[in-house]
Amino acid sequence: MMLLRVMAASRRFGAHTAVDRVDVTVDRGEVVGLLGANGAGKTTLVKLILGLLAPTSGAIELLGGPPSRTARTRVGYLPQGLGIYEDLTVAQQLAFTARVHGYRASPAAIAGDDGQPIASLPLGVRRQTAFAAATGHDPDLLLLDEPTSGVDPLGRARLWDRVRDHAQLGRGVLVSTHYMSEAAQCDRLVILSQGRVVASGGLHEIIAGRRTVAVATDDWQRAFTVLDAAALQVALAGRRLRVIAAHPRTVASTLAAAGVAAQTTEVPATLEEVFVELARQRAA
Amino acid sequence: MSYGFEHVTVTYGDHDAVHAVSLRIDPGAVTALVGGDGAGKTTLLRAFAGRVEPSSGRVHRPPLHRVGVLTADPPGYGDLTVAQNLRFVARVRGLSPHRADERADALLAATGLAGARDRLADRLSGGMRRKLGIVLATLHEPEILLLDEPTTGVDPVSRTDLWRLMAGAAGAGTAVVFATTYIDEAERCTQVLALDRGRVLAGGDPERIMEPLRGQVYQASAPGPAGRTWRRGAGWRVWMPVGVPDGAAAVEPDLEDAVVIAMLRRDAAPRHTAEVG
Repeated sequence: MMLLRVMAASRRFGAHTAVDRVDVTVDRGEVVGLLGANGAGKTTLVKLILGLLAPTSGAIELLGGPPSRTARTRVGYLPQGLGIYEDLTVAQQLAFTARVHGYRASPAAIAGDDGQPIASLPLGVRRQTAFAAATGHDPDLLLLDEPTSGVDPLGRARLWDRVRDHAQLGRGVLVSTHYMSEAAQCDRLVILSQGRVVASGGLHEIIAGRRTVAVATDDWQRAFTVLDAAALQVALAGRRLRVIAAHPRTVASTLAAAGVAAQTTEVPATLEEVFVELARQRAA
Repeated sequence: MSYGFEHVTVTYGDHDAVHAVSLRIDPGAVTALVGGDGAGKTTLLRAFAGRVEPSSGRVHRPPLHRVGVLTADPPGYGDLTVAQNLRFVARVRGLSPHRADERADALLAATGLAGARDRLADRLSGGMRRKLGIVLATLHEPEILLLDEPTTGVDPVSRTDLWRLMAGAAGAGTAVVFATTYIDEAERCTQVLALDRGRVLAGGDPERIMEPLRGQVYQASAPGPAGRTWRRGAGWRVWMPVGVPDGAAAVEPDLEDAVVIAMLRRDAAPRHTAEVG
């Protein structure tokens, strides 16, 4: 049984379609990444999955049935705002969460917890606490919204370790993130743009065959100014430039016409570049 | 003329928010201050902007009227429109009305904000408000542009736009210094300063930071020795300066690997025991 199956689900608000015939699945042991610009429909989709909103059309199967209150007790949800009480201590918060879910709280072992109220702890420790609170009842499906925002790289690796451990126990994880390097670590990705799925699959499937023009030059500042003025989608990459959705010959001739010496080559696109291009295409 | 810090320490109470940080900032460079919460990024920017006095060390910067600043607060006045915010800042900065209009038109066109001139700043989306912030901070063509986490919480599409504005300012000769928690973003800068708990973990040209680690970083399906391994995707990264871990494939190290390795090295220093993975 799939843990989550969103089948051609749509949700309209008046004339606005926030979620438009979206398909998403999460299987046991899987970490699925949900990517989308703000307003892409991620929050509405999460509310549909949790049963807090009903789809206008299509269907959602959460743990084999409709997203009922009972099904929700087997879901863990970590919102971006953490959803914990910052004037409690870590132990009080975890005891409270345990009482709500009706399980025995195991003694908290959160590195960096000094017994002070959560509000006074470093963000990494607060995030660890929120993660422990969201997973204490051993949920079958875990929904994470930007779980590592603002955390240093080692702290992020530790949090991901917990996420992966959870998935390896045969649970599923659906995680929304703006970190492209983090998205690249998911087993599968679903990219949403203006309510629709514009790409889904493994990282390699999504970026396969997509190219970017890399520009090597001694004067990146001038090259940037020239390409930007020509309305090309240019980005800085170290002391080189990258231009998406452009033909290498267009880039080369634009630079040559302005007298900028540069070498242009086609290289594989990054996930971020593919994402931005897909979102722009959908907007156009 | 280059600017920067020499052994700057900023102390709050009995705690060094920034400890002995040095950094050279050249015109047209894009410098990322990267680190997690509490790394000292904001303090360093505040010291550079003259908003906090270092307890020791020296700050070299142009006169304050040649500096542009975007703090982490929502920029501009929420109850003014985009156009009113621009006029206000232009007057404060002493721009001639002609020059102010010229700059505003160019910047608004570049940001896609031209259609929102009459909208209240409070009614802009998060990404648009940040773009307005960069426009306000660069209106007077500062020599140095300081931005505190301009892209945090901003979606990848708006982030690309903000990034283009910053690179555009650098292209025109401004030295851009910005704080970020996104390491992949820092990797694309001309120079990076990775901070943790107020101290420098690594600094310089990202390529040069990654270069010495080439051939030492592996992706494995099982964790490596303690203190040398961390989670990456479904598997683990292993850092092995000598030898090859079993069943592991060498990978091209990125800046994230370099910063994690710097943290592991620091944690392995005598007083601490490494505890990772």
